[in-house]
Amino acid sequence: MLAYGAFLRHSAEILAESKTPFGSVLVTGPPHLSPDIAMSVFRGLDYYLLDDMLSEEEIMVRDMTRDFVSDEVMPIIADAYEKAEFPRELIGKVGELGMLGANLPAKYGCAELGPIAYGLICQELERGDSGLRSFVSVQGSLAMWPIFAYGSEEQRMRWLPGMAKGELIGCFGLTEPDHGSDPSGMLTRARKDGDEWVLNGAKMWITNGTVSDVAVVWAKDDDGVIHGFLVEKGMEGFSAPEQKRKFSLRASVTSELVFEDVRVPDSNRLPGVQGLKGPLGCLTQARYGIAWGGVGAALACYDEVLNYTKSREQFGKPLAGFQLIQANLAEMVTEITKAQLVAWRLGKLKEAKKARPQHVSLAKRNNIKMALDVARMARDMLGANGVTGEYQSMRHMCNLESVYTYEGTHNIHTLILGQDVTGIGAFG
Amino acid sequence: MNIVVCIKRVPATDSRIKVGADGTSIDDSQLEWIISPYDEFAVEAALQMKEAAGEGEVTVMTMGPAESTKELRTCLAMGCDKAVLLTDPDSGTRDAHTTAHALAKAIQGLSPDLVLCGKVAVDRDQGQVGSLLGGILDMPCITEIKALSITDGKATVERAGDSGTTETWTVSLPAVLTTTKGLNEPRYAGLKGIMAAKKKPIDEQEAQLGEAALTIKSLELPPPRREGRIIGEGPEAVTELVRLLREEAKIL
Repeated sequence: MLAYGAFLRHSAEILAESKTPFGSVLVTGPPHLSPDIAMSVFRGLDYYLLDDMLSEEEIMVRDMTRDFVSDEVMPIIADAYEKAEFPRELIGKVGELGMLGANLPAKYGCAELGPIAYGLICQELERGDSGLRSFVSVQGSLAMWPIFAYGSEEQRMRWLPGMAKGELIGCFGLTEPDHGSDPSGMLTRARKDGDEWVLNGAKMWITNGTVSDVAVVWAKDDDGVIHGFLVEKGMEGFSAPEQKRKFSLRASVTSELVFEDVRVPDSNRLPGVQGLKGPLGCLTQARYGIAWGGVGAALACYDEVLNYTKSREQFGKPLAGFQLIQANLAEMVTEITKAQLVAWRLGKLKEAKKARPQHVSLAKRNNIKMALDVARMARDMLGANGVTGEYQSMRHMCNLESVYTYEGTHNIHTLILGQDVTGIGAFG
Repeated sequence: MNIVVCIKRVPATDSRIKVGADGTSIDDSQLEWIISPYDEFAVEAALQMKEAAGEGEVTVMTMGPAESTKELRTCLAMGCDKAVLLTDPDSGTRDAHTTAHALAKAIQGLSPDLVLCGKVAVDRDQGQVGSLLGGILDMPCITEIKALSITDGKATVERAGDSGTTETWTVSLPAVLTTTKGLNEPRYAGLKGIMAAKKKPIDEQEAQLGEAALTIKSLELPPPRREGRIIGEGPEAVTELVRLLREEAKIL
């Protein structure tokens, strides 16, 4: 489970004189390499000793997720990305470890973690790949969370335990082909017909869509009121074709959801919410995890480029000894540290139930821009090697283009903050 | 099935080791710490034996500084039932003899059916504590096991013998077994396990140290490896290589 390493390469030689009952021996010898023990690399960055602010339990959650990503994700992720395949074998594993809906109550089979521990999971998963973190965010924050927050007890018991284990997969349908940043303009309609609703319309850019057992779909009724519906795989008229040829989040499934007279029983409507605040509440949950995830992607790039520039020599000395490289590394350390503090403070605000959606917007906006900048810088510093799949930074860079755009584009979060501080909306 | 697992907190395996100012200890100010990897096989084996028996208790034990609660807590999160920390602020300087005596004293009070530990801790790399425990506790001891099953109060184990053979042993319990890679794949401490571990007890007691049998006189880093040398390419280079191995390296 832990990343084993070549400790003994650097180990001290121990010379000791014995006076045991077994006779006098000199215990000595050169350090030997244990060939069955492989090497660990990733250790993150804790420039401002933020670990001091974490509980023992939070550190355990972080380290366990980190080990999991090192051992189970890193060996397969570059290949999955290149082949544009979602590594489905990871679903059961993240479920077994409790990472799906990790912040929801134990009675639904979840781990009931606090916000910081949950954030750290997102950070470590995105250190592996934004696509994996996206899977976990969508399952936990956008599918399980609304069922928990807005669903009936019957709906919760039906879906949440299986979703926590990864046996059932969920997705979230809000964005439409012609309505992205303005979800209130959605065209998907739900018409009441006796005890059923008839859904018509289409959703787009839906993570997990094709592989989902249940889609949380937002649609307007005849009065223009938005409701959430649990649309199940196999319901007549419901299809979820995969969107291909992405240059980003290639290790993640993205789909269209198509509804053609899909009849959904009223018992599949989420009774606890009406209006746009329903889906926006979900997005606030997911964006929180994304803000932490951005730190993880940036850490991966920083770690890679730090090691690279320390070991690669040009003009007779390591790249890391050049001022231009050091300026970049200093910038990365500074920006990552600031983003870590933002994420941590947001977690504390969430813990104290003081976090507003606008606080979350600030963190998502800052941290993903930061991660994208770090990834681009790292890609550049890796030179020609940086464009190959042997290194991670370009994969992260391409992934982050999506993360920058989804869950509220960077600019939409700019306008959310602008509106918050001025009181004047500038969206339309 | 009452099982005690002994673990050790050791520097992370990719640590760069520095010798301390006193010349006899390791400078631990910059180190990250982990459970010695071979001990994780012991923890996993204990949990599997308990699960197979359907009853019992797994106690994880270490001798170390107060900070070792972190490693113990990880074992509790993996599924161990309780932990014992034998506190010793100077554990970094103790020899295997002292350590084994302190562990044995605490183990005796628990009357286990089975004692498990890694074959070696990857810091000192001495591999003595397991065997010493067998001697002190007067239990049979089999080292470096790579397979384990328990039936009717007896353990059947496999270990790698000389020349690639596999030795199969049956041993009556209680016994001390040391574990090596291949025995199992240690589980991750899942999130529910981590949450449950908060409520599990860690019994802290001062280590009952015996007299040290070894004292460290000096500690030095190995000399830096000499740069390699290319002696030629292709099959033609073989003769020269053999000559150098025989005459210069003197290993043939």
